[in-house]
Amino acid sequence: MTGFMDRLLGREKKSARQAKDRLKLVLIHDRVDINPGTLERLKDELIEVISRHIEIDPYAVSIEMRQDGHHHRLVADIPIKPAKRRRTR
Amino acid sequence: MTAKVVTITSGKGGVGKTTATANIAAALADEGHKVVCIDSDIGLRNLDVVLGLENRIVYDLVDVIEGRCRMRQAMIRDKRLPELFLIPAAQTRDKTAVSPSDMVHLCNELRSYMDWILIDSPAGIERGFRNAIAPADVILVVTNPEVSAVRDADRIIGLIEAEEKGPARLVINRIKPAMVHREDMLSPEDVIELLAVELIGVIPEDEQVILSTNRGLPIALDGKSKAGMAFRNIARRLCGEEVPFLNLNDQGGFFGRLTRMIRSGGN
Repeated sequence: MTGFMDRLLGREKKSARQAKDRLKLVLIHDRVDINPGTLERLKDELIEVISRHIEIDPYAVSIEMRQDGHHHRLVADIPIKPAKRRRTR
Repeated sequence: MTAKVVTITSGKGGVGKTTATANIAAALADEGHKVVCIDSDIGLRNLDVVLGLENRIVYDLVDVIEGRCRMRQAMIRDKRLPELFLIPAAQTRDKTAVSPSDMVHLCNELRSYMDWILIDSPAGIERGFRNAIAPADVILVVTNPEVSAVRDADRIIGLIEAEEKGPARLVINRIKPAMVHREDMLSPEDVIELLAVELIGVIPEDEQVILSTNRGLPIALDGKSKAGMAFRNIARRLCGEEVPFLNLNDQGGFFGRLTRMIRSGGN
């Protein structure tokens, strides 16, 4: 019944939209031959390396494959923790 | 004359490669071109039954390649279209009986006296696929608007590019306009965007395709069928004609009109 109400109110993503979104991800990974699992490992290693030099929020790090046209890029978003000490001085 | 070699492939099986090959071939022959289609799916031949020529097979592709017959002896002339020929696949052999260079030589011989050579590729990305694309000038990739077929099409398109045989052109088969309309099926636009390839045809789902296959008469020769029309348009586009894509969004009937009214009112 919730499913029906969601559909009625247009809250649920249409199945074609879901198919497209899922395919977008799958195709990017297929094309560059990198598994989502590999990407997770890469993320952990990146966090480790960067944390050695800069204080970052490891839980807010995101790393993903993106495609624009025929080009693929690895996009990492790494939020840096505010440097509190400097501000208090 | 020098024929153009067009290979029809897909990655995933069962998306309509053989139907597409038979119908594009029939449409080209109906326009007066000399066409030969080659079934390269060795061990799993089907183009013969789709064209209704299964009872006339004496020699096959492997017989020609291994020199047991002359080319002309293996070319079966169509029942209705005198300019359409079929070279059937061998049924009792396997893919290793043919090599990519065998296919190139075979097509080079045929090029001199045909206008078009259409090769029906087996599914998959192995030897049979490589045989089928080796002599190709143009490659058509057939897909359906669903996740597994689109994913496999993407793999195939990548392999075609890697072999420097691209760019492939896409045939989207079995579109259900009503489902696309209610956003429960990937639209042709969605599929093109995902695969980043050029479209050459969109074939609507049509029960008549099954009937025509039952009878062994390609639907492209049926003037009333929308799928048949879509196949004929692909043939014309192959010839370099600019043909607009069929409007499949024509939602006939009361409910179609009603949904449209509601939608336009809502916007």
